[in-house]
Amino acid sequence: MKTIRIGSGAGYAGDRLEPALEVIEKGNVDYIIFECLAERTIAIAQQEKMKDPAKGYNSLLEYRMDKVLPLCAEKKVKVITNMGAANPLAAAEVIKSIAEKNGIKGLKIAAVLGDNIVENINNYMNYDVLELETKLDSIKDQIISANAYTGAEGIIEALKNNADIIVTGRVADPSLVLGPIVYEFGWDSEDYCKIGKGIMIGHLLECAGQITGGYFADPGFKDVEELWNLGFPIAEINEDGTVVITKVEGTGGKVTPATCKEQLIYEIHNPKSYITPDGVADYTGVTMEEIGKDRVLIKGASGRQKTETLKVSIGYKDGYVGEGEMSYGGSGAFERAKLAGEIVKKRLEVTNVKIEELRIDYIGVNSLYQDEIADVMFNDKAQCREVRLRVAGRTINKEDAVKIGNEVEALYTNGPAGGGGATLGVKEIVSIASIFIPRNEIKTEIHYKEV
Amino acid sequence: MKLKEIAHSRTGDKGNISNISLIVFNQADYKLIEEKVTAESVKSWFKDIVEGEVTRYELPELGALNFVMDKALGGGVTRSLAQDKHGKSLSSALLEMEI
Repeated sequence: MKTIRIGSGAGYAGDRLEPALEVIEKGNVDYIIFECLAERTIAIAQQEKMKDPAKGYNSLLEYRMDKVLPLCAEKKVKVITNMGAANPLAAAEVIKSIAEKNGIKGLKIAAVLGDNIVENINNYMNYDVLELETKLDSIKDQIISANAYTGAEGIIEALKNNADIIVTGRVADPSLVLGPIVYEFGWDSEDYCKIGKGIMIGHLLECAGQITGGYFADPGFKDVEELWNLGFPIAEINEDGTVVITKVEGTGGKVTPATCKEQLIYEIHNPKSYITPDGVADYTGVTMEEIGKDRVLIKGASGRQKTETLKVSIGYKDGYVGEGEMSYGGSGAFERAKLAGEIVKKRLEVTNVKIEELRIDYIGVNSLYQDEIADVMFNDKAQCREVRLRVAGRTINKEDAVKIGNEVEALYTNGPAGGGGATLGVKEIVSIASIFIPRNEIKTEIHYKEV
Repeated sequence: MKLKEIAHSRTGDKGNISNISLIVFNQADYKLIEEKVTAESVKSWFKDIVEGEVTRYELPELGALNFVMDKALGGGVTRSLAQDKHGKSLSSALLEMEI
């Protein structure tokens, strides 16, 4: 039975590079994927592209490719990544010039386009927005970006045309892995039982170190060795869709059924219906078996037919957040922080700062879980010896947001005793609205560059 | 007994929805969490945080439950005023629950 090996080189936009290089160098892999897009990343990239049409791709693209390309050329490893973000074509151009700079020859680079529909967004103004319970029209003037979650088809076509490096925009995360699986085994894209297995493997790999012991350690309960040297995952995939998850020998971290289970359930809703552009995966029959050190055999996923619609993620400007923080220590710390919070709230009221929503937290006491759970965890909040006040407010105007942090900083000379370490800041909010559009309105385009 | 003694957990987010897994270390304890950790008890534990419904999905083969909590992230990751906008730390709070 044919087996292919796919490694993961990044689980988010800013992930570490060294473990990816280790996978290429020592992992004996056929492919490496770099998953670098979160819901909002592409909207921020689109803003960069609007300022400079040659930008709008992942900001670490040059840094990564300068190290990755020479190694991949040497080891004959193909690269698939969504680091193209809002501008895959510019990213392909950058990759080409890095390949040339490194003296690499005979490399075919594919840019997969078609997900970006911001120029046609006016066609969809009467569509319902998932998050807002209104039509898209209600945020019309605030829209920055609009990208459909596309499937593996562009990647499969690029592989058929002998691409070595494939850079995409908003391709769904698991599709980065499903693409090479379908291509290598010649699976029918409507054999949904198999497609479901491929989606699951993509889902397991897409967060890189999160399946090899990253985001898992809890000393005394779940110990993980050498987390500083965490190895990224490798999937050994069989033609029948079964998979062994492992990692490069000698690296830190671990692969066990427990690490794999946490990742399988991560960011899914109904395990019977994990919806992706390529099909609906069903994880309810999945089983896991430890077959060796850092080797877990996973099987039993299946799937159903893909949906008629594709999800489109729309980035839009959604006002501002103003924040300020100040710390209090020693006995009475919580009481003084509370007094400080009351003062800031009153000041914002009497100076008529227009705030949509205000939140006051006491870091060290209730900032993560609010009061109900804090009351269970602490017998007496007043016993806390370090408390940090945090005030955050959402505003429509930037000027109002600025005043929130200023009022916190003013606690230095006007507030309770012993406040220290004030920080303040303002951020513009880019929110995400989702609509669902007919699948046939998205046309994948592929551009090739060769060196 | 705290859930942390028999199970582990990870939180994920999509928009204003948080999902928390609860996975037993030993398969023998699955029946216990299936019986004790219901959608209602989780909703009640997170009543300050979760404004919407809590739905529970079962994965008995894996010894796991998945709780999907609607309107749990202060309006969504992008506009939430929380320090932990993704709600990543909610898994640790679930494990503090007594059963």
